[in-house]
Amino acid sequence: MNRVAVFMIGLTGGNASMMAVEVKEPTRRDFLYVATGAFATIGAATALWPFIDQMNPDASVRAVSALEVDLAPLEEGQSITVNWRGNPVFVRYRTVQEIKEANAVAVDTLRDPYAHNPALPEDAPASDVNRVVAGKEQYLVQMGICTHLGCVPIGESGDFGGWYCPCHGSQYDTAGRIREGPAPENLHIPPYKYIGDTKIRIG
Amino acid sequence: MSGESTFEPKNGAVEWLDRRLPVFSLLKRQVVDFPTPKNLNYWWTFGGILTVFLALQIVTGIVLVMHYTPNTALAFNSIEFIMREVNYGWLIRYMHANGASFFFIAVYIHIFRGLYYGSYKAPREVLWILGVMILLVMMATAFMGYVLPWGQMSFWGAKVITNLFSAIPFIGERIVTWLWGGFSVDNPTLQRFFSLHYLLPFVLVGIVMLHIWALHVPGNNNPTGVDVQSSSDTIPFHPYYTVKDAFALVCFLSVYALFVFYKPNYLGHSINYEVANPLQTPSEIVPEWYFLPFYAILRSIPNKLLGVLAMFGSILILVFLPWLDTSKVRSASYRPIYRQLFWIFVLDCLLLGIVGSRPPAGLWLLIGRVATSWYFLHFIILVPLVGLMERPKPLPVSIREAVLTKELRAEAQIQPGE
Repeated sequence: MNRVAVFMIGLTGGNASMMAVEVKEPTRRDFLYVATGAFATIGAATALWPFIDQMNPDASVRAVSALEVDLAPLEEGQSITVNWRGNPVFVRYRTVQEIKEANAVAVDTLRDPYAHNPALPEDAPASDVNRVVAGKEQYLVQMGICTHLGCVPIGESGDFGGWYCPCHGSQYDTAGRIREGPAPENLHIPPYKYIGDTKIRIG
Repeated sequence: MSGESTFEPKNGAVEWLDRRLPVFSLLKRQVVDFPTPKNLNYWWTFGGILTVFLALQIVTGIVLVMHYTPNTALAFNSIEFIMREVNYGWLIRYMHANGASFFFIAVYIHIFRGLYYGSYKAPREVLWILGVMILLVMMATAFMGYVLPWGQMSFWGAKVITNLFSAIPFIGERIVTWLWGGFSVDNPTLQRFFSLHYLLPFVLVGIVMLHIWALHVPGNNNPTGVDVQSSSDTIPFHPYYTVKDAFALVCFLSVYALFVFYKPNYLGHSINYEVANPLQTPSEIVPEWYFLPFYAILRSIPNKLLGVLAMFGSILILVFLPWLDTSKVRSASYRPIYRQLFWIFVLDCLLLGIVGSRPPAGLWLLIGRVATSWYFLHFIILVPLVGLMERPKPLPVSIREAVLTKELRAEAQIQPGE
């Protein structure tokens, strides 16, 4: 507002005459205009926020319940799907052969090099052991949500012996890592910990 | 073109109202007397058909809402309740569901007509862009409507499409959570989709009004693409085109009725008669037929973000078409090369539709990639280039002359047989 042309209307003796005056310094009136405009804009934007935020998860959804899962009934080669926060979680007792296959893959050849395990740092490599809890390599616990567009992949299928997504053909290996298809990331791992030898708590 | 319309009310009450709110003179000028090119063919009747279908969807929709319950525990059963218990509920629901399909059939024909006859070119660019907006809002409305019965395909369609937004870098996941109102598609999602599905058709009414307004500024394009030059090129909209539109509408409605009464589920998916199960994706999830070409484009690209961008880009590119097409000649009837490209493009879109309905593997994946490439190649390379290189056929001097030449030729063909 350094150079503002202000048109002033001077009324002299009943005759209206107009003259243009170039003013270099902002006037008191300019300041009032800008301040009023800014106040109204910020006010309107603030008033808008509740209408946007009401669409975010409500209190009942946010009150996340932890889910305990007993792994003891699982036998080698068996899988179960549990419902956590409305989403499927895959729990699989992997066979020795599956773990061997997962370990045989060089991490630097993977499409997504990160483990996506909230128990580990974000840049932890996607080695097989980083996808599970060390010492419990047989139990693979992961979100049953394809990282492409959220379908539930089908277990023990696809070219890599892991999971195959029926929607758009993404294929995951026996450690739930993306190997082929449009999905950008490995299957995510939910936050969970062992609360017994064969018992976990998700969430 | 204007200035020929005069409105002289014979009724005192009409005159009284018209002087205060000139609705009668507006209708007289814009509907009854509106000067319309005399050579419009039946491809021009789909605008009227679309207006009727928008009204039909709104009326059947309002009635369905009187019986439907937007809650995950009740939605599926309330649809079955409409089908079995509500008087004529089956009819109204089948009219609404098939109405959506026929709405899209009409809109796609309407769009391809615009592409063939160059209706997007100056001075009708804004008219065209409003049309693209109508298409986008229609798609959003149809998508949210399909979620409401809360069947398996409803749920998984909603999940896949909302997940498209997770491709946005950094904030994608948060946007998806915001859209869902939770950590998965659930009751909050269903309720907001219901609210928006009720709102958007009225938004459509608004954009359609702007669309018609923008149409009535330059007037209709026509099969020759030549501008209207004098009143000898036009006839009044009523009764000539009201009758032509009405006849086309009756034909179109007959086919629609055939589906409503004899094949009401032909265009749907039987799996949607199974209640939504968040823990199991059906073995094959396919969107409704009218989304298949875009779905094929999404799946052809092996990168999530690029796939999503290509899918939205395939519609948004239409916005830029008035400037991508470098040819000054509107109608493809006088553009020998563009005409061939147009038909190849139609086939390409149909092919994409077939690809979208097949599993994304092997040969279908390859065909999908070729067809997707062609789709974009058509708009970005071929259309601008052909406009510069093509030698168009000589245009008729006027619409009147084009019509008369056609009549003379037809007479000449009859005479030797006599």
